[in-house]
Amino acid sequence: MTQPLLEVRGLRASAGEKEILRGIDLTVQAGEVHAVMGPNGSGKSTLAQVIAGHPAYQVTAGQILYQGQDLLDMEPEERAQAGVFLAFQYPVEIPGVSNAYFLRAAYNEIRKARGLEEVDSMDFLDLLEEKLKVVEWDSDIMSRAVNSGFSGGEKKRNEILQMAVLEPRLAVLDETDSGLDIDALRIVANGVNALRRPENATVLVTHYQRLLNYIVPDRVHVLSSGRIVKSGGKELAFELEERGYEWLEPEVITS
Amino acid sequence: MSQTFLQEFEAHTATGTAEVPEWLERMRREAMERFTATGFPSSRDEEWRFTPLGPITQTSWQSASRPGRITRHLLTPYEFGHPDWNTLVFVNGIYRDDLGSVSSLPGVRVGSLGDAVRAGDPVVPKHLARHATIEAGPFSALNLAMFRDGGYLHVAAHAEVTQPIHLLFVSTAEATGSVMHPRNLVVVERGARAAVVESYVTVAPVSTYWNNPVTEVSLGANAWLEHTRIQRESEQAYHIGFTHVDQQRDSHYRSFSMAMGGALARHNLHARLNDQNVETLLYGLYLTRGEQVVDNHTAIFHDHPNCRSWEVYKGVLDGRSRAVFNGKVFVKPEAQKTDAKQTNRNLLLSDTAKVDTKPQLEIFADDVKCTHGATVGQLDDIALFYARSRGIPASEAQRLLTYAFAAEVMAEVSLDPVRQELERLLRERLGTA
Repeated sequence: MTQPLLEVRGLRASAGEKEILRGIDLTVQAGEVHAVMGPNGSGKSTLAQVIAGHPAYQVTAGQILYQGQDLLDMEPEERAQAGVFLAFQYPVEIPGVSNAYFLRAAYNEIRKARGLEEVDSMDFLDLLEEKLKVVEWDSDIMSRAVNSGFSGGEKKRNEILQMAVLEPRLAVLDETDSGLDIDALRIVANGVNALRRPENATVLVTHYQRLLNYIVPDRVHVLSSGRIVKSGGKELAFELEERGYEWLEPEVITS
Repeated sequence: MSQTFLQEFEAHTATGTAEVPEWLERMRREAMERFTATGFPSSRDEEWRFTPLGPITQTSWQSASRPGRITRHLLTPYEFGHPDWNTLVFVNGIYRDDLGSVSSLPGVRVGSLGDAVRAGDPVVPKHLARHATIEAGPFSALNLAMFRDGGYLHVAAHAEVTQPIHLLFVSTAEATGSVMHPRNLVVVERGARAAVVESYVTVAPVSTYWNNPVTEVSLGANAWLEHTRIQRESEQAYHIGFTHVDQQRDSHYRSFSMAMGGALARHNLHARLNDQNVETLLYGLYLTRGEQVVDNHTAIFHDHPNCRSWEVYKGVLDGRSRAVFNGKVFVKPEAQKTDAKQTNRNLLLSDTAKVDTKPQLEIFADDVKCTHGATVGQLDDIALFYARSRGIPASEAQRLLTYAFAAEVMAEVSLDPVRQELERLLRERLGTA
């Protein structure tokens, strides 16, 4: 068996006094799409953010291995430079910095970290031209300030655009589907599908099965109260859609 | 120390070298009497409570009299890449027509205030010290008594100045230990439009001097002015500036005030809305470091109904520097339907920087929309994480977000070459150039 792209072992994490993740085990192989589902408050967004290195959470036990490397030993920027990408549930507005500037800065930092030459703004615009097609956008959006005054749908599309430009190995999408109308959902899903490669993997964190009509997962995991309580194939998502999450609550399972 | 000024004033008047017309002589004398009677403000004076004036009031300043050694070439960095703009250059307070460029524009008189006075320009007595009066405070009284020269712009009714007029005040090493009192007068008549840039710069970055400028602005009905003020002096210098704007009906005034130089840099900006339907937009940015103190006091006088004022001042503070912001908005009982919004936001880059911010709204009308907000804080952790999660290292992310914080208000400078230069200065200050 080849080395997994991502291996989460016994991960526990807290926000302040409150323990949110209470022992997560998850293995993702290159080429796979995993869906992490669960009710509100189950810890699925926390899992996504801990993988990216969000400072609001403290990891109290366990490991996250990415290509065999200990992710928890790495700064958030080092994780990104190594190929980890988190599409935020609530992308941050940065008034005063243009989308183009921000994205080129990120792109060049990642190249620099990999010992590659930085690209100038002209070459970057050419690259951008290609990537904008993935999210069906024209270049006007690039002169606007990062996410500033963007609609909810535009913010999510911008996350996918960033992902398209930065070409991560491991993309974690945190509720990228929430609040999207059907057109935006289709665009986002097409973007994700277009970026699938045998050497990459995607973890979709979602509350609804809807997104999985567009992006077909290899594995589905259900999180409840900070633990994965059930894993299965894509049919598990349909079952959840029909029966809800209640039947999987840990209390129900143990009784 | 105010005695020094009186002696100098008397000596100057006695020798008769001043060549000033009688009306101005009278005005100057009155101003000197006023200043002598009041003296400098004390730290008990509410208006000056947070402003450490000691270094100014306890120093014996000589009026600048030595011409600065300077060539046109040295001024290139201050021209915004536009040597073609009408530029009035003052070196150590002295007008230097050999260093600037003035071209004739239809409906426009532009030149030195001293020349306009000597030529008997009838507009000058109608406006000089009518806006920034000697009652405005001891520093503006002192300025009136002592001023030697400054910029003068008169835009006739319905004329339009398509290119900005640049008033460039330069200090050189020869100004060390001296005081300058530049006096500017900008009169934009009914329906006319203009843009003015007022710069205070130095070619001697560690020299100590005191600049005490006063700028008077008069906007006629439906007049329009964009006014950019840039204070980027020696960090050992003192600057006490006062700008007074009078606006008539339907006029539009837009100000951007940048302060990044000086050991102490104070700017008082007053706008009086003298009739209905006036719009006043005041934007500001201050960047401080080391032991610098930057102090902005603004006052907007809503005396009439249906006017709008919008104010955003932002500051980025590092080191042990300090900023003061005081924003006054006075709404008279008859000024119904006033729409006034004031915002002051401060970003602290160090634990030892300090801000005193005070919104001061005095509203005597009942049907108005007046809001204010002041914040002092550090960079947002979530925004930092967002940038880092995209591969941008922490130190770079901090600079980027700091730049963003400041650039947001700079975006309000609509003159592209000026804004680009200000952005460059900001990058340079933040170490991202």
